[in-house]
Amino acid sequence: MSNSPLIRALDRGGIAFLVILAIVGAAVTLANLMLPPTSPLHVPTYLVALLGKYVCYALLALSIDLIWGYCGILSLGHGAFFALGGYAMGMYLMRQIGTRGVYADPIRPDFMVFLNWPELPVYWYGFQHFPYALLMVLLVPGLLAFVFGWFAFRSRVTGVYLSIITQAMTFALMLGFFRNNFGFGGNNGLTDFKDILGFNVQAQGTRAGLFVASCVALGLGFLLCRTIVNSKFGLVLIAIRDAEARARFLGYRVEAYKLTVFTLSACMAGVAGALYVPQVGIINPSEFAPANSVEAVIWVAVGGRGTLVGAVVGAILVNYAKTVFTTGALAPYWLFMLGGLFVIVTLLLPRGIVGTIGDWTERWRKRETAAAAAAEPSPAE
Amino acid sequence: MDTLTTPSLLYLNGVTVSFDGFRALNNLSLAVEPGEMRAIIGPNGAGKTTMMDVITGKTRADDGEVFFDEQDLSRLDEADIADLGIGRKFQKPTVFESHTVEDNLRLALRCDRKARAALLWRESADERRRIDRVLDTIRLGGLRHVLAGSLSHGQKQWLEIGMLLAQEPKLLLVDEPVAGMTDVETQQTAELLRHINQDRTVVVVEHDMAFVRELGVKVTCLHEGSVLAEGTIDQVSQNERVIEVYLGR
Repeated sequence: MSNSPLIRALDRGGIAFLVILAIVGAAVTLANLMLPPTSPLHVPTYLVALLGKYVCYALLALSIDLIWGYCGILSLGHGAFFALGGYAMGMYLMRQIGTRGVYADPIRPDFMVFLNWPELPVYWYGFQHFPYALLMVLLVPGLLAFVFGWFAFRSRVTGVYLSIITQAMTFALMLGFFRNNFGFGGNNGLTDFKDILGFNVQAQGTRAGLFVASCVALGLGFLLCRTIVNSKFGLVLIAIRDAEARARFLGYRVEAYKLTVFTLSACMAGVAGALYVPQVGIINPSEFAPANSVEAVIWVAVGGRGTLVGAVVGAILVNYAKTVFTTGALAPYWLFMLGGLFVIVTLLLPRGIVGTIGDWTERWRKRETAAAAAAEPSPAE
Repeated sequence: MDTLTTPSLLYLNGVTVSFDGFRALNNLSLAVEPGEMRAIIGPNGAGKTTMMDVITGKTRADDGEVFFDEQDLSRLDEADIADLGIGRKFQKPTVFESHTVEDNLRLALRCDRKARAALLWRESADERRRIDRVLDTIRLGGLRHVLAGSLSHGQKQWLEIGMLLAQEPKLLLVDEPVAGMTDVETQQTAELLRHINQDRTVVVVEHDMAFVRELGVKVTCLHEGSVLAEGTIDQVSQNERVIEVYLGR
């Protein structure tokens, strides 16, 4: 075990993951931008946006794995933090529309003009500036998670009760955002974006740029999580997951650790949402739907909780399956398949895909060393 | 405040705890001197574990006062109390099963418990030395890199005691350390506790009378939430009331 926290994060598995991510990210981008559309290896722009969406989901899954896999906090409301980050980015994008909207109002977005709001609400101020919007992407989900966690963890709400109140939180936010007078476009949400940082969001180059940004965010998120779980902080998190009372009697203030990691995880989910919105072109209250949060937990379970890499693998595999199966004749049965997948993974692969592969390689390695040890003395006989 | 002038390390005065009308502790008073080892015996439901819960901050006393090292514990939580220097071993061995023996001790080592310190933590030679010392004491040196979950029952008990040692508390509360141990392990545990008692105060809750006799220390017998008898093992085990409610005739 080396001493610098960053070097500890970059163990063999960590480096392998980052290298693969970099190669795939670069290959997709170059194949989209450099190869002519007639080339068989050309990646069409719609596919780049789709992959970018998967990468954002992977970052969300990573944030869930950090708290669930390592600290045992099962949040069934993480979609709320994702959506809040998405709304913060959506507000920036709305303000970039300017006079190109249907009503051509330089300040107010279309829905406000339509609702006869005389002026921009105070909480929309500042969102025309990209750095301010970025700050809000981190701050809003982080602050909500901090306040929510402060009350929940201090009152020692754990297990299924915590899961239920996180679910209630996202449901309440969904109901709020559906209302027109909440000031976020109500039912329709925020859409019809034009520019991000002066680039057309529909343009091929912008799409590729957003895809690269998502990959970079995933890589940084992974590095951050890896640094945390490989530090002593990570040891304490697992200790809390496995024997919370013991950790308390050792003198660790459990609620402080939970609050730190929960807030950090919410910020990561917010970033994922912010990158997701320009790539899909819309954010609306259905992103707060409890089902979305549950689905994200399923990605982590399928990939293998407590492995980080598994969360990414699970998010990408399940969403790829979703894309494939919701477009064909099997479309009406997708939810049954998703539910079935969850049941099968829970029963047959309780450690998820990556966790199970890890177990296999370990067993194989043990057998190898045992075989080597057995083969060793034979020449002497 | 004459209570503060007593030399006791641990001082309970008139502590009462009720759960839904049931008095788990009833006007319990107890004083443990610095450097002492005390054995607590008593039938099931006598309040032994509840007493530990009150001392360590898990349960709040409804009435009475608890002082440790001249500090009032009644307003502090588990983490604060652990920080003051009280270590606790559970009845059922509780170690971090998915961590190695070494990491279990690393988590227990006396150090800054704040989240920020844990994030910036670096392994140091001093830390390694302290872990080695504890591993020697609990005789688990060869199992350093083994997951705690795969240890035997007795080894887990020792690891937990080792974690207490690593915490460097002034007072150790040990709940039924020899439950489920073989005779040899029981004897080794008695030895270990005596060794620990050389520089720390120890309170042991135990049912095994042979073990208590082996320890050879002052004994307190609890019954229905208060002290029934106190003295040497011979005095207590000849006490009429103790024989009646606990030892049996």
